[in-house]
Amino acid sequence: MKQELNIATTSASSTTTFSLAAWVRWFFSLENRYLAPMFITCILAAAQLSFGVLESYSRTLLAILTALGTELVLGRLFWGQWPNLASGYVSGISVGILVRAPAMWPYALCSMLSITSKYVLRLKGRHLWNPSNFGICVLLILAPEAVSSLGIQWGNYLPPMIIVWILGSLIIWQAKRFHICATYVISFFLFAYIRTWITGHPLLAEVAPITGPMYQLFIFFMITDPKTTVQTKWGQCVVVFLVALVEMLLRLNESVYAPLYALFLVGPAANLLEIWWHARQSGVAELLQPEIRGLEVRPE
Amino acid sequence: MKRRILGLMLCTFFVALIATPLVIKHVSKRHESIGAVPLHETVTARYGFHFQEVAKAAGMHFTHQAPTFDPQLDHIMSEVASMGAAVSIVDFDRDGLLDIYVTNSGEGSHNRLYRNLGNGTFQDVAVDMGVADVNQAGTGVSMGAVWGDYDNDGYEDLFLYKWGRPELFHNDHGRRFERVTEQAGLPSWMNANTAIWLDYDRDGRLDLFIGGYYTEDLNLWKLTTTKIMPDSFEYAQNGGRKYMLRNRGDGTFEDVTEQLGIKSRRWALAATAADLRGTGYPDLFIANDYGVSELYFNEDGARFREVGKQTGVGFAPKSGMNAAVGDILNQGRFAIYVTNISEKGILLQGNNLWMPEAGTTGENLRYENLAREMGVELGGWSFGAQFGDLNNDGYLDLYLTNGFLSADRDRSYWYDFSKVAGGNSTIIADAKHWPPLDGRSLSGYQQKHVWINDGAGQFFDVAQAVGVTDTYDGRAVALADFWNRGVLDVVVVNQKGPLLLYKNTVTPDNKWIAFELEGSVSNRSAIGTQVRLFWNGQEQVQEVSGGSGFGAQNQRRLHFGLGKQPHIEKVVIRWPSGKEQTLTEPQIGHIHRLKEPV
Repeated sequence: MKQELNIATTSASSTTTFSLAAWVRWFFSLENRYLAPMFITCILAAAQLSFGVLESYSRTLLAILTALGTELVLGRLFWGQWPNLASGYVSGISVGILVRAPAMWPYALCSMLSITSKYVLRLKGRHLWNPSNFGICVLLILAPEAVSSLGIQWGNYLPPMIIVWILGSLIIWQAKRFHICATYVISFFLFAYIRTWITGHPLLAEVAPITGPMYQLFIFFMITDPKTTVQTKWGQCVVVFLVALVEMLLRLNESVYAPLYALFLVGPAANLLEIWWHARQSGVAELLQPEIRGLEVRPE
Repeated sequence: MKRRILGLMLCTFFVALIATPLVIKHVSKRHESIGAVPLHETVTARYGFHFQEVAKAAGMHFTHQAPTFDPQLDHIMSEVASMGAAVSIVDFDRDGLLDIYVTNSGEGSHNRLYRNLGNGTFQDVAVDMGVADVNQAGTGVSMGAVWGDYDNDGYEDLFLYKWGRPELFHNDHGRRFERVTEQAGLPSWMNANTAIWLDYDRDGRLDLFIGGYYTEDLNLWKLTTTKIMPDSFEYAQNGGRKYMLRNRGDGTFEDVTEQLGIKSRRWALAATAADLRGTGYPDLFIANDYGVSELYFNEDGARFREVGKQTGVGFAPKSGMNAAVGDILNQGRFAIYVTNISEKGILLQGNNLWMPEAGTTGENLRYENLAREMGVELGGWSFGAQFGDLNNDGYLDLYLTNGFLSADRDRSYWYDFSKVAGGNSTIIADAKHWPPLDGRSLSGYQQKHVWINDGAGQFFDVAQAVGVTDTYDGRAVALADFWNRGVLDVVVVNQKGPLLLYKNTVTPDNKWIAFELEGSVSNRSAIGTQVRLFWNGQEQVQEVSGGSGFGAQNQRRLHFGLGKQPHIEKVVIRWPSGKEQTLTEPQIGHIHRLKEPV
């Protein structure tokens, strides 16, 4: 009897261990749609508590609430059911952190643009641009007198960056997307060296941007966005290499927001190419049709 | 079909969103600068005043010279040596006419003391008076100067702050100045960009606050390291120390900074003091570059308590370069104006107009930034700004100068600047990592702003229309009535540029009154005295200041515009000693010279 009890206990323990391990695996996987929102919230909280990084609580809250509201309305209208808000939350909080504007309206507008772009700029059931990258770039281009982006408004100190790098890398590794970040970072350093060679500026000056806050959000959230990256692993590496290459060209042209614009240009082009390739492979002839029909496909 | 309609609606909505910034830009154009209007008469009729630049005609041929530091900074010399043009107003010889002291910053260059001859011209008497040759090699160079009668002998003395050895000059009855630096016990070396006179403990003697920018152990001409830059663009705390020097009354000063609770090492660029809470004691506001502003509540002259976050002014870090106070809505309360950096599409910090929140007073005082709502937010790379009623309509207006580095018009340093400024502290803090300027501009050739106050919560920029058309790299602004005409003229000094004197012409329909005060129990300069003017159902408070703006000091005389057909009910003067004096129905259009009753 005692032996039976022991066996039963062991068995239950194994089940518990197994369940916990499975849960951890699930937690750090792409299946967990709340991983990115939790991670970015942690970063924001840490940054705000240590540096007071936000322009104001009200502006960030406005960006988040507008993103969630827009997602709810559009999701309900076009898919007939309430959408999962994880993606909208990440867009909203990204806007809240990355947009720098004295006025309130850019935060609301940028969030609405970001979310709406997911529903309009679609092809074959996929949206083409990373939503917040689209919203921010459009505002930077159309309203430079009213909007800038986070670049120098976060602490320039190493400890918080190290924490972000470690946490970010762990999560991205578990999510099997670390190769994207690694390729981008390696490419950035390579191109930084080339820029030094071309401009004659100190290497550390060229490397400096990647040690700043904007890049951490860019690396961990924008270029790894599963919905707007190509599907194959090697393809993803090639795309971020190209992002870094275009960024270098923009930097040589003294574009302050070079990484955002590079992703804005390269990301959708790569997605289009992949969609076209898949369509060609499957023999589908309806290429590059403006897809109001695509609205019938639910966003993932 | 329904989906198609929904899709079309969505696309329309999306296009509308994209068009929104363009619509907002179009609508907001009404706040932008009002263009030049050729006829002075028309301008005066429309806005109540116009300016005419008369510096050279008045005999002031001053052009500021910048210093040249250690060759290790050659590649960014213009950026590092970008300050030092400062101006302060004084009647040093007590002839009833306001004079102008201007600092220079080239090694070996002379500062100027322009004596007002009263006939429309000025004469430089700095050499004769012994306050010219203050930038000798090895002693540092001038960054600014403030005037205050520290020994209460009736003549304003001169404190000169420098990147180098600060100096104190005693005014010998307006005949000449005697250097008393060593006897006074001042710091032997510091890299200061702001100083103000104030009587923080109300003992009747003027004390001195000095704000360090670079750390005080740094000699910019003999660098032992290139790690001299801020270690963060907005959170730097590796700047110079602050000094609160208590006047012992025997010609010496005592360092009471730590004792009073001031320990900041932020990069101070401007400071001003005013009684913000009605306690009778002056509170201290510091605008810091590379960080948040600091507000110190003065606790009965025994201690200063930093309340930046508590009051709301120390929340968002920016690049504070100016601190000026003014009762802009005639509410009997001071707003604080802090200037920052705004560059289209790159960095939009926006200037701060800190208005006291309704219903908050005393210990619970809180401020909200209404710069945007009131139209004084975007001023380029802003430096000095001052409040003053430029058209005598009864509301304080705002004059702002700006522009950082004007060099090659077609090439900007902004990209390289932002590239490094966002990097890790080890990169940004070391000057050798900064890309060379190579003759590029950084927010150069900017248009100035003269914002007139409509009294209903809106300011409108009329700079171009009223004749302020210069685009030099402006630094300090000071307001004064140089010819006792009952109007505020404006002096502007520019980095590596000329001194400008904008002579003001105001419509005679708008009336004025002014008060020139002299303490007896209180400090003789009357710094800290508040005057409350009650007229036409309104109340405006002004306070005699020992330094405000950026590198500047206005006239000590308090000037009130009154508008048309004013009726003054009373004027209440509260001296630093606590004595109150009330004047009923004082004469309008007159400078009232008042001495504190014993």
